[in-house]
Amino acid sequence: MLSIIRSIWLTFLHLFHKTETIQYPEEKVQLRPRYRGRIVLTRDPDNQERCVGCYLCAAACPVDCIALQATENEEGRRYPEFFRINFSRCIFCGFCEEACPTYAIQLIPDFEMAEYDRQNLVYEKEDLLINSQGKYPGYNYYKVAGLDAGVKGKGEGTNEEPPVDRHSLLP
Amino acid sequence: MSETLNYWLVIVGILFVLLNIAAFLIWVERRMLALWQDRLGPNRAGPFGLLIILADTLKLFFKEDWIPPFADRHVFVIAPAVIVISVLLSFAIIPFAPAIQIVDLNIGLLFFLGMSSLGVYSIVLGGWASNNKYSLLGALRGASQMISYEVFMGLSLMGVVMLSGSFSLRTIVEAQKDYWFVLLQPVGFVIFFIAGIAETHRLPFDIPEAESELVAGFHSEYSGMKFGMFFIGEYLGITLISSITVALFFGGWLGPAFLPPLAWFAIKTAGFILFFILLRASLPRPRYDQLMEYGWKILLPLTLLNLLVTGGIILFLNQP
Amino acid sequence: MNVFFYIAAAVAIISTLMVITRKHPVHALLYLIVSFMAVAIIFFQLGAPFVAALEIVLYAGAIVVLFIFVVMMLNLGRETSLQEKTWLNLATWLLPGVLGAILLIELIYLISTQPNETLTIAEIEPKAVALSLFGPYVIGVELSAMLLMAGVIGAAHIGRRTIKHYHRFLQEETK
Repeated sequence: MLSIIRSIWLTFLHLFHKTETIQYPEEKVQLRPRYRGRIVLTRDPDNQERCVGCYLCAAACPVDCIALQATENEEGRRYPEFFRINFSRCIFCGFCEEACPTYAIQLIPDFEMAEYDRQNLVYEKEDLLINSQGKYPGYNYYKVAGLDAGVKGKGEGTNEEPPVDRHSLLP
Repeated sequence: MSETLNYWLVIVGILFVLLNIAAFLIWVERRMLALWQDRLGPNRAGPFGLLIILADTLKLFFKEDWIPPFADRHVFVIAPAVIVISVLLSFAIIPFAPAIQIVDLNIGLLFFLGMSSLGVYSIVLGGWASNNKYSLLGALRGASQMISYEVFMGLSLMGVVMLSGSFSLRTIVEAQKDYWFVLLQPVGFVIFFIAGIAETHRLPFDIPEAESELVAGFHSEYSGMKFGMFFIGEYLGITLISSITVALFFGGWLGPAFLPPLAWFAIKTAGFILFFILLRASLPRPRYDQLMEYGWKILLPLTLLNLLVTGGIILFLNQP
Repeated sequence: MNVFFYIAAAVAIISTLMVITRKHPVHALLYLIVSFMAVAIIFFQLGAPFVAALEIVLYAGAIVVLFIFVVMMLNLGRETSLQEKTWLNLATWLLPGVLGAILLIELIYLISTQPNETLTIAEIEPKAVALSLFGPYVIGVELSAMLLMAGVIGAAHIGRRTIKHYHRFLQEETK
């Protein structure tokens, strides 16, 4: 009995508490940097695409909303020919970001992507690519990869030893 | 001639005000609940979100008025009307102010009890006619809850009747010139208010509708304005119980003279309506058997004891 | 005044007829409520507002609810109304109907031959009812209170929950 009266009184006191409501369109929500929102494709410091078209994101996606086709340029650098994310399916789980070996695909703190037409929620590569390095500035996959794709010569990358002349290893 | 005209004006005026209050309570309840839950509630449509009432009403009016093919058509249509009619009829006996009362029956309180017992039918018939197992369960619960709580409701009022010596609400209000009856009948007031909550099946005693177990219970098959009638009936019921409580225990229109009597009545009633909403915000719903046990094993003996003690004291004081 | 009496009386008779002829029990009970309300209005006009209120509170408001409650639990459907239909054939109701009609004719004749007295309506206040109940008729009130008490105790005894054993081997020999 007393506890009932106490809970009524405590609820009544909430009349004088500050309300938690954020008046959204006028007052924006403060999102944390690691918020999982809209998916973007980032670029490396040379303003080149980071994505190497390995399909790991498409494989990791639990709702199969990512579709891409990898191709190669004449220098042997891989890139996606098309890259399509269907945001009407996406559940913003962030598995694609975890799966990405080159930090290309990233989720950014932005959720304002409502559309009247469902078809407009299918984002193509030009919609996804942004002019930024995202959460990992200065990272360039081809600078650390042991592969010559026109970015650097073999053995010139960071923390990379020059290639061993295998003929000199002969006894 | 002007007498008759005045009378009709009072009737139409009370009806108009009551229906508007019932609609207004939609907004009040949502805003107050939100404040008590640290939210803001509807505040976009119009000043303070007041136009939400219009939006809600229009939505209810323009929804499809659907009668399920498996339902009992006639009973299904009658049921929502019963609650609104019975509650509105009960308002006929309430003295809002010395000059504003539709009819001063000498069995006023019994009339109120009779009308509130007829209100049970809307739940029972609505739930039964829907021909749906959840609705039927809601109707069964509603019937037994309301019949049991009606008993305590009637008995808890008898203390007031003994003190004032009349069933007429006007006499009861006028008998409270010196003390409000809540001072003389605190137990009666508490029991009446609890029974009133159960009678209007408001939270925490919303067991007939219990969204989380019965998917809205007796009105789950209703839509459009038929659902709106249940909705309005509930708010009218809150207003009814609040104003009866004010008239019986809190001195009705009596109050210091700097405000007109009607204003005192309105202020007190509004306080009780807000308390109804506060109860909804703060208390969880009891289990069904707990409700019945609480009623029959605690409230009933307490009411009878209250009645006995009141009668004894009155007899003692009136000794020659 | 008289007009209202005749309207209420007509409503009462028609709704009572409907109670008998409805095949669906819930519909019949609904008409029964209407009938009770009409009777309550008649009581009110005859100067017995207390009885009128009790008629609604007790009969229409509580007892018929219990009837409907039971009917709802029984889940009577189309089959029951068909069964009811077969019961309502001519052979079943002819003889009781004729006998009732004879009584009705007799009653009408007796009423019509009575000297035509105007009914004087004296309103009986609830207070007068209470005074007579607890004055000259106190023994009746006491007896019916005892009867009701016996009923309550009997119901409580029947509805008593027996001790639940969770396994048949754990059951004690209780005699």
